[in-house]
Amino acid sequence: MRLFKNAKFPFVEKRYIFFTISAILVLASILGIIFKGINWSTDFTGAVSIIINMQPKDSKFPPLSIDNLRKVINDAGFKEAEIQFIGDSSNATFQIKVGGEDVNKVKEQITEVLTTQLPEYVQGRDMQNDVIRQIDVVGAKAGMEMRNNAIIAVLISMLFMIIYIWIRYEFTFGLMGIVALFHDVIILVGVFAFTQKEFTMTILAALLTLVGYSINDTIVIYDRIREDLKIHRKDSVPIIFNRAINSTLSRTVITGSTTLVTALSLYFFGGPVIHDFALAMSLGIIIGTYSSIFIASNLVLETFGHTRTEKQAIKHLTKKK
Amino acid sequence: MKKYSWLTPVSILIFVVGTLIFLSPIFVPEDVNWPIKQKLKLGLDLRGGTQIVLTVVTKDLPEADRAAAVENNIRIIRNRIDQFGIAEPTIQKMGESDILVQLPGVKDPIAAENLIMKSAVLEFKLVAEPDIAEKFINQVDAIIQENLDKFPILAKLAAEDKALAKAETDTVKAGEGVFKSLITTMDRDLAVRYEDLEIVRSLLQDSTFVNLKPKGYDLVLESVDEKKKASREPVIIYVLESAAQLKGTDVDRASMEIGPSDSPNPQIANKPYISLTFTRAGARKFANCTGDNIGRRLAIVLDNTVYSAPVIQDRIPDGKAMITGQFTEQEAKSLAILLNNESLSAPIEPKYSTQVSATLGEDSIQSGLKAGLIGILAVIIFMIIFYKGAGLIADFVLVFNVGFILAAMTLFGGTLTMPGIAGIILTIGMAVDANVLIFERIKEELDAGRPPTSALDAGFKRATVTILDSNLTTLIAALVLYQFGTGPVRGFALTLTIGIIGSMFCAIVFSRYIMEKTMIRPGKTTMSI
Repeated sequence: MRLFKNAKFPFVEKRYIFFTISAILVLASILGIIFKGINWSTDFTGAVSIIINMQPKDSKFPPLSIDNLRKVINDAGFKEAEIQFIGDSSNATFQIKVGGEDVNKVKEQITEVLTTQLPEYVQGRDMQNDVIRQIDVVGAKAGMEMRNNAIIAVLISMLFMIIYIWIRYEFTFGLMGIVALFHDVIILVGVFAFTQKEFTMTILAALLTLVGYSINDTIVIYDRIREDLKIHRKDSVPIIFNRAINSTLSRTVITGSTTLVTALSLYFFGGPVIHDFALAMSLGIIIGTYSSIFIASNLVLETFGHTRTEKQAIKHLTKKK
Repeated sequence: MKKYSWLTPVSILIFVVGTLIFLSPIFVPEDVNWPIKQKLKLGLDLRGGTQIVLTVVTKDLPEADRAAAVENNIRIIRNRIDQFGIAEPTIQKMGESDILVQLPGVKDPIAAENLIMKSAVLEFKLVAEPDIAEKFINQVDAIIQENLDKFPILAKLAAEDKALAKAETDTVKAGEGVFKSLITTMDRDLAVRYEDLEIVRSLLQDSTFVNLKPKGYDLVLESVDEKKKASREPVIIYVLESAAQLKGTDVDRASMEIGPSDSPNPQIANKPYISLTFTRAGARKFANCTGDNIGRRLAIVLDNTVYSAPVIQDRIPDGKAMITGQFTEQEAKSLAILLNNESLSAPIEPKYSTQVSATLGEDSIQSGLKAGLIGILAVIIFMIIFYKGAGLIADFVLVFNVGFILAAMTLFGGTLTMPGIAGIILTIGMAVDANVLIFERIKEELDAGRPPTSALDAGFKRATVTILDSNLTTLIAALVLYQFGTGPVRGFALTLTIGIIGSMFCAIVFSRYIMEKTMIRPGKTTMSI
């Protein structure tokens, strides 16, 4: 079975269309990040921790499970609630952490949810003292210090990637590869800004995976460009770039699809807890694949020969390593 | 390649055997004594663990410093837990001055508490001059006498004393209360008889006592070492000025050293001690403090216990000091580590500890696993449809790759969390990439009319360069993230690094070997790809 056998799509010729699309997406994302802001989850900001006891007075009701309680709490608007049993699960005592800072407001909301949604567990019991055992404001798990640390670590890793690609290929390849990465990251963060989905520690992990995935994808095409520059010395640079993108297209799409299939399977079957993570991964794969095909190499072509003459650049690229 | 024809099968053998060895603990039940001790750790979301709630005692601090002290303690506790090798803990401030710590998998809360609570609050405090000390003891004695009803143990003791005094018609000195009767003298110091040690110790920690005692000075016991325990010698009790001259934050570096055997100082000759180097500001404070107080004694107080109280002979300008005592090497070393990692900004007391369940319910874990299996299955079917026989080989190797990731995480002490599992599943999607690159290349070569043997060879040769370049770039990024990242970012980088190495090896070496052995036969002109 072959995909895109002898594909000859005019990726290079139409590059300004893709540049425009990307520019709009990046700009919109930046505006979204600035004006709508990122909805940091309780991993990065504070939360309210509530300890509740859900032992029903009437013992004929089955014990409440974490997943059932989570569903009720989620439906009440606390999307990233963290719920666990405290002590032995037969005590039916739960610790719930939800977003927010106002203890009284959260207490009211939780009381409301429990009495309306799970009446069988709280009926005939003193809500204030018996059901709700303790309520506290808790600080961030990761905090802004850790977040900033992560950002710095990512920037340093990008610097090292530029250096590696510079050595193995050429400076513009390294620089533009990283520009394409920024493009991917900004758009994905932009999606989270616009949808106001909570940005958790796991979403950060998805973002890091995207960085690894996207650069991997891009380099495969760079590699083919380098190889073709050696073989087809008579062809012009744009023609070589276009051919390289086309001949790797089959691989790019197949890899993107297999990875996307796993991410989508997590999205559809993985349950509510990894739902947003799987969404971020799926979007990340799509954006990363898009930028590898349409943006990364075209950006190199745009700047190719600016840092040194085209001839020198090709010589540098194709010399034996 | 011919020259190293043994290298490939040997490396594959090592890979497979190593994977099986470190994968084995996952399938061995807890109670079986298995030679491989490492276990794949599971995160709080999958397994739960121990929750410890601690209170930071901030009542002795000025109002303005309290919040900062709690934040500081959280940071320090996080560092300590990191260094003791418990991955992915949850540490949060709770309310005003409580700290909530969740440790994945830790089943023994007492051990975990000790780990966190080893506080190592270091202070340098001046010892009160003898006349002041005596006055202070008298004041304390008077206060206790007045409030005897608040100290039941002392009241009982006083009653016994009275009875004894009557019986023997002894003369209990006028105005001398029960507290003073507990204090004796030893050389130039005040001391507590060994048998009274526990009474005095609990009195000093009693909050009623702490509130009642005159301000400005504190009573602190010296450290009780093994020798003292054996000989039951009296234990010195110091009257120290409450204001610390220097604190743990003034220490730049602490290290365990062993004094030379010919040292003139008997405290360090052939014994482990802790050498301290102060920060610039600390050195200045130390020089001033020693310069202003020549002839007085400076107590080195660690966790509210006096380790030594040498007489200041001279101004010490070089910013160095040492803590001597009857340390074992191990004690001195762990104390030095604790001192290096900053002292806690305020003491910590445990509030309660309890078991906590996994944050994901049973259903969520099940659906996560189900989704993962569906994803892997989809990839496996996809590969067979697209690449037939070669796809089957890639699938076989893929399964090994998953095993390798889990085995390597066991070996390197990684912690598996739900996002981690999702990450592994995605690594699988990406691991297929290397195979896709190779197979696509082989197809191109076959299209160009090459026979299978040389198409396979050329395909692998060309694709290997691509795989190396693309994977090494990602590997560099992963290693940098591991080096500079903290907490979950670090854990993620570890999984990523393992995944990249595993998939490179599987694609370039493992599947190539199987393909060469099974798909190439002399005279065969087609290939199942």
